[in-house]
Amino acid sequence: MATAPKDFRFGNFVGSLIQLIFWILIIVTLVGLPLIFIILFYVPLPPINGEVLTPYLFFSMMVDPTRTIPIINFMIHTDMFRVAVFPGFTYAALLAAATIFIERKFLAKMQLRIGPLYAGKIEGILQLIADGLKLISKEIIVPSGADKLIFWTAPVAFVVTAAAVVSLIPAAPGWVVADLDVGIIAVFAFLGFFPLIALLFSWASNSKYPFIGGMRALHQMIAFEIPFILSALPVVILAGSLNLTDMANAQYPYWFVFFLPISAFVFYISSLAELERIPFDLPEAESEIVAGWLTETSGMIYGLIQLGTYVKLYALAGLFVILFLGGWAGPQIFPEEILPGYTGEKIYNATTVNAVFWFTLKTLGMIMLILLPRGINPRIRIDILLHTGWYKLIVWAFINIFVALLLVYGGILGPGGLLST
Amino acid sequence: MENLDEKFNETIKMGLEIVKETEEDRLMTLSVGPQHPGSGHFRFTIKVDGDYIVYCDPDPGYVHRGEEKMCEYRNYIQNIPHLERPVIHDSTNITYSYSLAVEELTNIQVPLRGQYIRALASELNRQVYTLYWLGIYGIFLGHSTMFMWPLGDRELFIDLLEALTGARVTHAFNIPGGVRNDMPEGFKDRCLRQVAYFEKRLVEYEDIFYNNPLFRQRTEGVGILTKEDAIKLGVTGSVLRASGIPFDVRKAEPYDIYNEIDFKVQYMKTGDSFARSMVPFLDMRESCQIIRTLLDKMPQSGEVRAKLQPNPKGPAGESYKRVESGRGALGYYIVSDGTPKPYRVKLSVGSFRNILALPYLLIGSKLADMPSIYWSLNYWPVEADR
Repeated sequence: MATAPKDFRFGNFVGSLIQLIFWILIIVTLVGLPLIFIILFYVPLPPINGEVLTPYLFFSMMVDPTRTIPIINFMIHTDMFRVAVFPGFTYAALLAAATIFIERKFLAKMQLRIGPLYAGKIEGILQLIADGLKLISKEIIVPSGADKLIFWTAPVAFVVTAAAVVSLIPAAPGWVVADLDVGIIAVFAFLGFFPLIALLFSWASNSKYPFIGGMRALHQMIAFEIPFILSALPVVILAGSLNLTDMANAQYPYWFVFFLPISAFVFYISSLAELERIPFDLPEAESEIVAGWLTETSGMIYGLIQLGTYVKLYALAGLFVILFLGGWAGPQIFPEEILPGYTGEKIYNATTVNAVFWFTLKTLGMIMLILLPRGINPRIRIDILLHTGWYKLIVWAFINIFVALLLVYGGILGPGGLLST
Repeated sequence: MENLDEKFNETIKMGLEIVKETEEDRLMTLSVGPQHPGSGHFRFTIKVDGDYIVYCDPDPGYVHRGEEKMCEYRNYIQNIPHLERPVIHDSTNITYSYSLAVEELTNIQVPLRGQYIRALASELNRQVYTLYWLGIYGIFLGHSTMFMWPLGDRELFIDLLEALTGARVTHAFNIPGGVRNDMPEGFKDRCLRQVAYFEKRLVEYEDIFYNNPLFRQRTEGVGILTKEDAIKLGVTGSVLRASGIPFDVRKAEPYDIYNEIDFKVQYMKTGDSFARSMVPFLDMRESCQIIRTLLDKMPQSGEVRAKLQPNPKGPAGESYKRVESGRGALGYYIVSDGTPKPYRVKLSVGSFRNILALPYLLIGSKLADMPSIYWSLNYWPVEADR
């Protein structure tokens, strides 16, 4: 852990810098400045509107308001922006962070508490950042006898897998990192990694409670994987496509949740189990097996797994919205023009903004619905859980598959159906 | 060549030994506590075969403080503050039977109003203890709301006791000869108001916790303690009553004014974890009625404490008195040799009796049932260790 030495004085530090001022100037002028100039004037950027730019020209054009908009437009439509910012990681993480705050306050109200209050003046809005800083500053303890390679890689793999799921979820028409024709299959393929990671990590911890927790995670996730996939199948049948964007578009006038309520319910229950939320938090059951497969995690390893869990939460809530709640469909509430009389190039696209708004709203609602059972339910027992997964949910999931087939062969929904456009 | 053959044979032998799986290899030994979030100041070792517990060895004693020995070095009055340490959430009840035993030894008569106030304080304190127990039971089963609600409502009774005794948790209120001080003005109205509010809350507890299907699935039919076994193991309090035996010290051996109070002994017949968690809840409901009756029947004025000598002492002899505490019968056996200090003080606590049922109930049950069985035994580790 990085800490300042005991006899650290800021004055002494500055003094030592002043003593070295000659060498600092020499290095900056001989190495630093030439490097900066080389980068500014000689590194080519990809052409924008047929113009080849250098970083110097790029920055100078950013200052000019008339030329800024094409550049921003260009930036927004790069793959980098999609991966890092909008339908990608930042959007998912921000949404997850917002949900954590809402969850904390809501649960506190439910339990006659106040919840976070001090961090960030306004109702403890920065509590999550404080928690994150605390986790970063903590020491990471690796148990002796642990498999170090797996112990360090499993949390990273957890976040990466969660991010991979996010990359498949479209947030607005055309706004998706990877628009695969086999989107839904890819989602389930990635979700299949999670029990593996949990088991690997618990095995690598070389400890008893994590081992029990890992075995529980494996049992639970496998028991709920099948109803999970089966509950998505009717949507595929009705939409006639495996592509997630097509699925969302297929339910334009009538959302599928009205035709397939049982599937939606099974999907919801399965996502609770997949996310290890109460009442299905057996792999982390605190009073039974300490913290389950997370028992040996500490510091940022724990932080990474939590981040992964919340990103996964966003992904599954988004998937529910896409599959059953019509995706981004909703009444147009944003105006076509925000600057009347403006004739230049536009960044603002009313349809996209509207789609993002509705998608975000539905996803937030869905996340709340996934988090809320925590307030009223105790933890379920493993045998009841497995019984629910294998005997009940699979049977229920089949009911709506037949309903979907009836709807398609009856010509009501599906490609060319009465109610579909 | 011989050498090589020997080596070969040895390797084969070692390989065979490794492959052979014994019964012990299937078992995993888990040490639950004292660092476990679901154990309290207590440790028990369990062995699990897959998901089933096949062995259990309770190991109390982590918070042993030698209360009984400490009693021999202090006089009867000085003993009161440290005797309530073993279970601070039920501190009025744990000093109640001590006061009764000392009164019998030294032959002191408690004034009637003092007896009523004493019973009132002990009923209020039983609520405080049971609410704390219920909160822990909730969080042991993963029900976070049931952790917050009882611990919040516990404040109702803590505030009442603060007004009555002057301290929030460790009251040192019962002393040989009565209670330390009289009720404050307006206490009766306040008490009735808070108890009425609390009864409304009890309905909500039942809705969110006891009627929750997931809670019922987890506790019904789990860890069944039959009537005969309950008697054989010598359990007491809510555990005994949950097994179908309506035994309550307040009813069976009424002390102070409890023979004038009309109340029902709450018991259930199934003897599973659900019954053991339900009986304290029913007791809380009954306790609210008892508090009302006590406030009704209480004489409006009078002494609350008999006049004591500076250093009370009785003739050489012995006495045994017990009361019904939050965890069952709580008795004191005191031997006096005629000096102001007791010769021997022995606590007989409900917790220690109830924990005897733990290995009996845990062996053969699932690992996931461990918290629900363990905490339903109404066990307070500090009290058991004394």
